[in-house]
Amino acid sequence: MSASVAATTHDRVARFPDAKVSQWRVIGAEWLKLRTLRSTVITLAAACVVVVGFAAMAAGVVSGDITPETNGAGPAGQMPLMTVDPTSIAMAGTSLAMLILGSLGVLFMSGEHSSGMIRTTMSAVPQRLPVLWAKALVLVVVSAVLMTASVFAAFFLSQAILEGNGPTAALSDPGVTRALWGNVAYLVGVTLMGLALGSLLRSSAGGIATLFAGLLVVPGLLGLVLPDSWGNAIMPYLPDAAGQSFTLVDPSAGSGFGPGFGASVDLLTPGTGALVFVVWVVGLIALAATLLHRRDV
Amino acid sequence: MIELTNLTKRFGKKVAVDDVTLTIRPGVITGFVGPNGAGKSTTIRMILGLDRPTSGEVRIDGRPFAGCDAPLRTVGALVDSKGAQAGRSAYNHLRVLARTNGIPQSRVDEVIEIVGLTEVANQRVGSFSMGMGQRVGIAAALLGDPQTVILDEPANGLDPEGILWIRNLMKALAREGRTVFVSSHLMSEMALTADHLVIIGRGKLMVDMPMSQFIDEKAQKSVLVRSPRAGEVAELILSAGGAITRRDDGALEVTGLTAPAIGDLAGASGLHLHELSPRGSSLEDVFMAMTQDAVEFHAQSDLDAIEAHHLPRARHEGTPS
Repeated sequence: MSASVAATTHDRVARFPDAKVSQWRVIGAEWLKLRTLRSTVITLAAACVVVVGFAAMAAGVVSGDITPETNGAGPAGQMPLMTVDPTSIAMAGTSLAMLILGSLGVLFMSGEHSSGMIRTTMSAVPQRLPVLWAKALVLVVVSAVLMTASVFAAFFLSQAILEGNGPTAALSDPGVTRALWGNVAYLVGVTLMGLALGSLLRSSAGGIATLFAGLLVVPGLLGLVLPDSWGNAIMPYLPDAAGQSFTLVDPSAGSGFGPGFGASVDLLTPGTGALVFVVWVVGLIALAATLLHRRDV
Repeated sequence: MIELTNLTKRFGKKVAVDDVTLTIRPGVITGFVGPNGAGKSTTIRMILGLDRPTSGEVRIDGRPFAGCDAPLRTVGALVDSKGAQAGRSAYNHLRVLARTNGIPQSRVDEVIEIVGLTEVANQRVGSFSMGMGQRVGIAAALLGDPQTVILDEPANGLDPEGILWIRNLMKALAREGRTVFVSSHLMSEMALTADHLVIIGRGKLMVDMPMSQFIDEKAQKSVLVRSPRAGEVAELILSAGGAITRRDDGALEVTGLTAPAIGDLAGASGLHLHELSPRGSSLEDVFMAMTQDAVEFHAQSDLDAIEAHHLPRARHEGTPS
């Protein structure tokens, strides 16, 4: 053994003169990391299946429900029965996909902490921050590509199922294209929030719990606790409500926070909501970067 | 070459590493020894930039490692366990690491062969035994063909054959002019491996000298003496310049005098000896005694008057305070 070491290393000064760390190389490494864990590949596939599958199922259910009344009849006069927005039917799976992708974001960083891999990674990239940027970029590109394909596939598939059984939406309808892109952006943003929380908390369970508490539980609790005037001032700016302002076709209808709470909040306009959501995502990533730079690994 | 200057790390009130100044030179194996919790791993993590020093600094080949643009070429490190994610194969783990620094794929195959994992390289790291996990970590350390190699407890989980292998590997690396810094909590293992010895106890640097010098100076010979009139024998020995440790069973452990000299002293005064046996104290004993003192001075209360006078001088030698 020692002989082979000597044979491979005696001319070491000249061996890898180009072996330097760079942002692009770290991006390549993180891309390889994502692909070489079976769990992340399965998770990504699951998110796609959920988005498309639930859209098809929801559309099928809705079509089935209204078939007896509408079958064979003219389109006029059936509208009152259909209270569900056809784009919302198409997006039936996005909230579950959000849970899946958010968890993936957390695990992409927390998995390195729980395994000790983080010390290997940071010894190879002692500047540290390129690792976070690379993970963020890889997650953004992968989730954006997969979710764009899934969201639009879900839309066209569900509208095809709904076709002939009630109202359908078209990309040219007001707000529809924006809502679809909004769903893609929201899913990408939640993935990044997961990454930030995974880096901040260094714990898979803690990161996932915090992410979903922040997105799903806190708004409902605040709705119960806060007086209406405060609630209307604060709640539209929470990440979940800010997201709804650009993921819904018609955000001006307002939104309820969680079943049973009944609190309805005026949502922001899509543009303002998107800006607020971006501030949340960028803020969390910036906090994660600051602490990643400062803390002990 | 690794230079630590007044390196200090506090975790809250606890001082993990206390004002350590040390130069680790290339071309030799430097053994870094201390009991668990002495600050070895914290020191190594600070060298690698993983822990930020509270004060002081570390330079590797003259530069701080945090700004290093060729980290894997500069330092290869095995820190803690395997340092790899369980779900990834050993091969892909090393590919990922190589890619961060632009190290060619062919080198991944090379290091896998060097550490003897060729057969299992495509298996998940999670399925590996601890010894195989150590080999993955060592392969990662060798990946960049680094000038400095830092191995934290590399013998952990290795079988005797593996320990011999890692010892020969480190010797080969040092022979090639690299800086080799290896930690262990076992003095006996380091005595066989290291050329230079650094001992740390309770965060403080206690020993920084060539291993051969340490063995000559510290692994002193002692003589075990038993006598029905031990008190009188002890007085004779002390007046002749010997130092004594009284054991629990009443025997005297004498240093500074040879067995024949003690026998002559006792005989000249007509004192009977029931035992007079020379013995060498092992490095492990010396190390334990030194680092125990650094942890706490708990032995003092058990010492009788003779020891209280003479032990501190003998045992605290070399202990900075």
